[in-house]
Amino acid sequence: MQLAGRGVVCVRGGREVFSGLDFEATSGEAVAVVGRNGSGKTSLLRLIAGLLIPAGGTIALDGGDAELTLPEQCHYLGHRDALKPALSVAENLSFWADFLGGERLDAAESLATVGLDHAADLPAAFLSAGQRRRLSLARLLTVRRPVWLLDEPTNALDVAGQDMVGGLMREHLARGGLIIAATHAPLGIDSRQLRIGGAV
Amino acid sequence: MTALSALVRRDIRIALRVGGGALIGVLFFLTVVVLMPFAVGPDLALLSRLGPAILWLGALLASLLTLDRLFMADHDDGSLDLITMSRTPLELACAAKALAHWLAAGLPLIVATPVLGLLLNLDMVATGAVALTLLAGTPALTFTGMIGAALAVTLHRGGLLMAVLVLPLSIPVLIFGVAASQAAIVGPMTFGAPFSILCALSLVSLVIGPFAAAASLRHGLD
Repeated sequence: MQLAGRGVVCVRGGREVFSGLDFEATSGEAVAVVGRNGSGKTSLLRLIAGLLIPAGGTIALDGGDAELTLPEQCHYLGHRDALKPALSVAENLSFWADFLGGERLDAAESLATVGLDHAADLPAAFLSAGQRRRLSLARLLTVRRPVWLLDEPTNALDVAGQDMVGGLMREHLARGGLIIAATHAPLGIDSRQLRIGGAV
Repeated sequence: MTALSALVRRDIRIALRVGGGALIGVLFFLTVVVLMPFAVGPDLALLSRLGPAILWLGALLASLLTLDRLFMADHDDGSLDLITMSRTPLELACAAKALAHWLAAGLPLIVATPVLGLLLNLDMVATGAVALTLLAGTPALTFTGMIGAALAVTLHRGGLLMAVLVLPLSIPVLIFGVAASQAAIVGPMTFGAPFSILCALSLVSLVIGPFAAAASLRHGLD
């Protein structure tokens, strides 16, 4: 499986963020997208996720499920964590598991992995920023998707949480997954660097 | 199918929990209708003549009240991104969200109508007729209102813009809804003709609404 972008151009609000960007990632490989603030790291992830339309160039996944589009095979972990404060931790997770569909794991097990099993019945409104991040990560574990698009995955997490994310990413890569992560901090796993927008 | 029913169940659950929109809509409906006799005065004949129109206006405003948050909340917390990326067509997801909104916010208005009919001096037949027209007409309000709710996300403006966009679209529904109710109460028209048009308006909006809303949401991706 290979994800490749050729000559990708991103225009936002009439301003060209980056142009002529080439990148590729194969199964079992992680790409760390680095660059200064505003260089277009998040935009690149959203382009791959189909949430932005490229102004030029192509992004394609070879060797994936031919029946599905690229966004349908991606997990997107953005700045906003897609949680409903009125629903409990377990309800939030089981909703996304039911809605996203496909191959899935036991939700309780993923909650235990991210260290939220004790809070399963707590409304998400009472979670801290780090716990919300952990709950979002549980979604990635519960529903299987080959491509992970992570935007600052370790944001708001404590040291143990950052190690946990590293472990989860290694497991995902070992299963033949593929990770594109936008990050300022070191990812904590072996990764190829993709620098956009000049030196940091 | 699992995906859509999960979406409907989630939205209903959120609407019924504390801070959700379902109860607020009904309370607003109740308040508007209760205020009306105080404004119009105790003329019973006048009240029963205005009754269907008052109930319809109340239901229209109450259903708009919570509709502007239909997509905005999902947009603000990032859920809309995941819904857009998912294997469920966006049109169907929009339809499921509108259905959930109607079940949580529209249906309670219809259930409350018989109680409010008493306040407006409407007899059993008249109240039944209004409730029936609301049952047939409120889906049209929700599904056309959904287009405005999607535009509110695209344009990053909620609230008033939504009301300005959606209220003109709801004029035909209001006209035929009140006409059918009046026909059942005082005649001379038959109930069937305006009621059929009301049903047709609902069916048309069921088809157009999800496609228009999905198109607007896709256009507004950022």
